[in-house]
Amino acid sequence: MYQFVSGPLVWIAFIGFFGGLLYRFVAMAQLAKKERVVIPTLSAKFGGRSLVHWVIPFGGASTRKRPFFTLFSFAFHVCLLLTPLFLMGHIVLWQQAWGVSWWSLPEGAADVMTLIVIFGGLFFIVRRLVCPEVRNVSYLSDFLIAILVVAPFLTGYIAHKQWLPYQTIIVIHALTGALWLLAIPWTRLVHMLWFAFTRAFMGSEFGAVRHSRDW
Amino acid sequence: MADLEDMKVIDPGVDDNIAKLTPERIEQTINRVLTQESAARLQVYLETCVHCGLCAESCQSYISRDRDPDFAPVAKVKDTLWEMVKRKGKVDGEFLHNAARIAFLECGACRRCSMYCPFGIDISYMIMTVRRILNLLGVVPQYLQDTTNSHAATMNQMWVQQDDWIDTLMWQEEDARAELAGTRIPLDKEGAEIMYSVIGPEPKILAQLIANMAIIFKVAGADWTMPSTDGWDNSNMAMYSGDFETMGRVERLHWDRASQLKVKRVVMGECGHAYRGAVYDGPRWLGWPKPPIPMVHAVEYYYELIKSGRIKIARKIEEPVTVQDPCNIVRGRGLHDKLRYVINAICEDFRDMEPRYEHNYCCQAGGGLINCGPPWKRSRMKSNRIKADQIHDTGAHLVITPCHNCHSGIEDIIGFYKLGCHVSFISELLVKTIEMPEA
Repeated sequence: MYQFVSGPLVWIAFIGFFGGLLYRFVAMAQLAKKERVVIPTLSAKFGGRSLVHWVIPFGGASTRKRPFFTLFSFAFHVCLLLTPLFLMGHIVLWQQAWGVSWWSLPEGAADVMTLIVIFGGLFFIVRRLVCPEVRNVSYLSDFLIAILVVAPFLTGYIAHKQWLPYQTIIVIHALTGALWLLAIPWTRLVHMLWFAFTRAFMGSEFGAVRHSRDW
Repeated sequence: MADLEDMKVIDPGVDDNIAKLTPERIEQTINRVLTQESAARLQVYLETCVHCGLCAESCQSYISRDRDPDFAPVAKVKDTLWEMVKRKGKVDGEFLHNAARIAFLECGACRRCSMYCPFGIDISYMIMTVRRILNLLGVVPQYLQDTTNSHAATMNQMWVQQDDWIDTLMWQEEDARAELAGTRIPLDKEGAEIMYSVIGPEPKILAQLIANMAIIFKVAGADWTMPSTDGWDNSNMAMYSGDFETMGRVERLHWDRASQLKVKRVVMGECGHAYRGAVYDGPRWLGWPKPPIPMVHAVEYYYELIKSGRIKIARKIEEPVTVQDPCNIVRGRGLHDKLRYVINAICEDFRDMEPRYEHNYCCQAGGGLINCGPPWKRSRMKSNRIKADQIHDTGAHLVITPCHNCHSGIEDIIGFYKLGCHVSFISELLVKTIEMPEA
């Protein structure tokens, strides 16, 4: 089982992830050929201007109204992206398999970042149950997605600390990690791909067309 | 929870037309709009929304209704589009009734929510898509459909006939001449610098605004004209009822008129949606990147006149005033600074609103809402409580509203919430404050 998850499954996960995102992008571009409003409006300068304001914590007015959400969300996403890429345990595997390696996070930092992801995910789940305006628009899929994203980090952390039998938990970690990557192009996790475009459009619409600010 | 009083409003444009629909027609129309007309843009928005609920706090109807979760922008999309997509268009009459209420009465397409969504999702576009679907099904609030019918039949919003139009202009010219000798309203003057186009209601119910502009143009020494035939109306309720075909026809005629008169610019009166229709939505539907002749909103024009000294201010309004930042010219054009320049020039005691500029709350009268008429007035007032508070908190006696819908909407709010103040267009104040040349 370990052979499978550290071998073929890795290929499946990466090909599925990158290939899936590529497919979604190309398919959407095809569908968007009929688009007469969005494409002509897009402006690199104003789209970029909006993106910059929103990618910086508290850049948008609504983020200032929800400071806890903003802090958790930013911390969660930063750690989510950086930890798998710069984790020593992963880099060792890539080095063994493909001969590539790069700088890795100090172990203590990686631990903290993983916990931020776990607690961030927990924050999102609790928020979804507790805030009425969020609960009203929540489906089972919203909770499952949050659990799916947290699972590789939780199981990875447990594996690292060896709180449960390592051979089993590491397989579960790999499985949940692969599942997470495979799910991204086909669920709301695809916001990873689209959010830059929706933001750039709104920034262009407000900035270039209407001479106003969308943050 | 949907307010029972709102749910019980009877509107033949909605109820009677729903009764005529068949499940097949509903399904086909919804699927056609979702896959043909809207396609990629809609799909991206639906996929990118992670149901975070940050948009809730942006919406005036949500806040006014004691933060009822059903009134959050995302909830409005959930109760309309998400269901339509999930059920692949197989929705029933009761669903459509609620969707009509949400799309036509609880959202003014003001785009405040797109400033709160971290992804900048165009929620107002999604609600407009629901309106489009409903329009194609014939389900539109009666009063709003009437204005669209008027646009289709007379090319103006208010069933103004050709002779009424010219009579009204001649009458206003007389009134203006009584104020300021020599004032004229030149009709069909080819090659004039400016064509002045009015908003539909003006000749019908606010004709004095035309006389005001004639006086202002005379004082400024402007070279202007107005068209004597159809195409004089820059308003466009068809844009808001989802009848984009009629919207396109109205805008095309408006621009054709301006082109025929070979004017350099079109100055328009104080309206929000008319600017949006003439400069953005209309041209886009017609496939133009922008209008053929630059359009200048009244606020921009007043700013130009005052800044350049072509009109001079002789006296100022003394009572405390505040200003409504109309969604379609502030979020929609960034005219908030010029607006304040003009107001500070003519008013002694200006008290700004909080929040302001692009963050101002929509008056929920524009976006086609007030045009849905008397059956829905109470519902609209309930969604406007935050606006009443906002006005009250300024302590002003006069609310300056450089937009027709804001003017009427805020007038309604003032009456309903007994705020004890009044509303005014800028042109009304200008004719009181500018220096008139000796006769």
